[in-house]
Amino acid sequence: MSGTFHRPYPAWNVLDKWDSPSFNDTTREVLRQRLEEVPGRRFFTADEWPTLVALCDAVLPQDDNPDPVPLANWIDAALFEGRGNGTRHADMPAPPDAWRLGLAALDAEAGARGAADFASLDREERGAVLRDVDAGRLRADWQGMPVRRFFRNLVLAEIVAIYYSHPTGQSEIGFGGPASPRGYVRLQPNRADSWEAPPGKWERT
Amino acid sequence: MMALQDPDPRAIDGHAPDVFSRDGTVPMRQFSDREEVDFAIVGTGCGGGVLAAKLAEAGFSVVAFDAGAFWWPLSDFASDERAQDKLYWLDPRISEGDDPLEFGQNNSGRSVGGSSVHFQMVALRFRPEWFRSRSLLGYAVDWPVDWREMWHYYDEVERACAISGPVTYPWGPKRHYPYRAHEVNAAGQVLARGAEALGVPWAPTPLATVSAPRGKSPPCVYRGMCKIGCSTNAKQSVLVTYIPRALDAGAEIRDLAMVGRIETDKGRATGVEYHRAGQWRFQRARNVVCAGYSIETPRLLLNSANARQPGGLANSSGTVGRYLMAHLNDAVWGVMDDEIRWYKGPPSMACCEHWNYIDDHPDKDFDGGYSFMSQGPLPTDFARMLVTNEGVFGTELRRQMALYNRMAGLKMVGETIPQADNRVTLADEIDDFGLRRARVTYSYCDNDRRMQRHARDFMARMLGAAGGRDLLETGSTAHLMGGCRMGNDPETSVTDSDGRTWDIPNLWVCDGSLMPTAGGVNPSMTIMANAARIADRITTLAAHGELDRAHG
Repeated sequence: MSGTFHRPYPAWNVLDKWDSPSFNDTTREVLRQRLEEVPGRRFFTADEWPTLVALCDAVLPQDDNPDPVPLANWIDAALFEGRGNGTRHADMPAPPDAWRLGLAALDAEAGARGAADFASLDREERGAVLRDVDAGRLRADWQGMPVRRFFRNLVLAEIVAIYYSHPTGQSEIGFGGPASPRGYVRLQPNRADSWEAPPGKWERT
Repeated sequence: MMALQDPDPRAIDGHAPDVFSRDGTVPMRQFSDREEVDFAIVGTGCGGGVLAAKLAEAGFSVVAFDAGAFWWPLSDFASDERAQDKLYWLDPRISEGDDPLEFGQNNSGRSVGGSSVHFQMVALRFRPEWFRSRSLLGYAVDWPVDWREMWHYYDEVERACAISGPVTYPWGPKRHYPYRAHEVNAAGQVLARGAEALGVPWAPTPLATVSAPRGKSPPCVYRGMCKIGCSTNAKQSVLVTYIPRALDAGAEIRDLAMVGRIETDKGRATGVEYHRAGQWRFQRARNVVCAGYSIETPRLLLNSANARQPGGLANSSGTVGRYLMAHLNDAVWGVMDDEIRWYKGPPSMACCEHWNYIDDHPDKDFDGGYSFMSQGPLPTDFARMLVTNEGVFGTELRRQMALYNRMAGLKMVGETIPQADNRVTLADEIDDFGLRRARVTYSYCDNDRRMQRHARDFMARMLGAAGGRDLLETGSTAHLMGGCRMGNDPETSVTDSDGRTWDIPNLWVCDGSLMPTAGGVNPSMTIMANAARIADRITTLAAHGELDRAHG
């Protein structure tokens, strides 16, 4: 799970198209807010915050991002605003309770492994805890919450929803980014419009 | 728990949004709450939107309610997955069962125009035999409608939505699409190559986005963000087709109006209680139509229980909420040598209905059918699939996502079997309106699982034959069907073939919840065709003076 991340599109940034016909005012305003008005901590407590930040770092390490996406802030904002996703599994607490319970349990899992809390583990150790949690190898009391559902459907799903809708995540994977009013012309394989990322380069896959 | 900030109601003061402008309006007829309108329709999607337009055009007075907002697509729809969550029904449904369903963006819209505002525009027809699947194919139940009648109405709604499709469609009786097919993108060409390698037919997918100008709709620019709302109006959603027709014909649309209860008196519906702009109101109506789709329609009928009908309205058979179906939506993904860049163009530009039209084959170990389509998920959609199915995270997640532009996928739309215990009931907890939330119980049966296995294997073979490597299988569901099914028997269905409830002669259902079976294709055209048919039936019944009599 460790190792370095190779960027197939190192020079590509969807924001370079800000003043092009691929952006319109509606999209510019949404992204301006996303980039400039990052909300502070409002939902989580000061005690919970380091655990949340450490969890985000384990799920989506961003050491190589000069301007990392503030994942924890946007998770906090969604919970503060009561933003739902349309589904609550009958065996799951409501999202605010599930997150609080889950973060406390992650600290307890770290404690059961001899650490002070989840944030004091290094990244590899955090990954090991999360793999244990995903596999149901638990040492702490999760109060009956289905841990895989918590980890995958709440934590992972929310973090990728924030990261890959952000220009940083979009640019990293060579996505075209905003595309209105101008869409695309060249739909054939290995063809790209001049306003798309140039051909990507991968290490052996 | 409210989701995102709703705008204020916009269909007010005698005007409604002109969806072809950035902020303009068109005139709208309005009715007072005290006026007994001919039809109060709850929901404005593929069922209610079509019905509202056709009934207004036939001269009925119509008020159509929607819990969601009335958008101006040109100015309200950003190229941003997160912001566009505003199109979905985000208030939670409580989900349980062996195979609990996911709602929200997966299948539930909350806008004037309903889920068609975010649908992926796949415009397929049922196979004719599916309308008699019990009699002809030996599974599930028959529809109370003849396929030729439905065929007539598929023609009608396909013209109304200017479907762009191939000159020759490989499966089923002949059909003629009004607009030429779109150029198939790289993702679709993967399906085509695989199908040809396996020796099965494929087709450019008939799509509800125009391939040439149509009225105020420009041709599709292949922006690829259909699922988060078309910002150019190329997509022929109900919002830009039937809703303008409804307004033009004198229907009133009430946006951001949540209907919480249908009132009845002496065995007849008298109107709807609805919440709008901060207060509860009551609209009188001669007829009430539930068109809120497979969760909200049963929920509304159940929430309208009263002393005479303690189990909910129209529920003497106990069928309200039952026989809910989702489509199997399993997929196979692979890494290609080519750069596919599947974000360009509508997500599913090529399709294969091969297994919808095969009955006797040594490999076919299931009842029903499935189709599958090429794929083009937006980044967070694909990432969500990866993490929920695989639990992948860390650098490995970023590495897999970095292959986004080289991925191709095939995803099924598989017919599940209607089961009585797959159902909508009411949870104890209440929403922000004080209404009990829906609880949805869902489990696959053995046949569903056999089909799922068959489709995964077949799609994997096809994707491999097309050059896909490192294949990955994922499971999911899509669409909703049933929950208030129509039928010929009052003991086992909620409505007759006209969508009129057996119990209350002036209470109707007109949406996907009527569907007795799911079929192996995306349901929107079938819901629309059925709504168009019901509108004509209502007009006929009225002409014969039978609207006020039960099941004349």
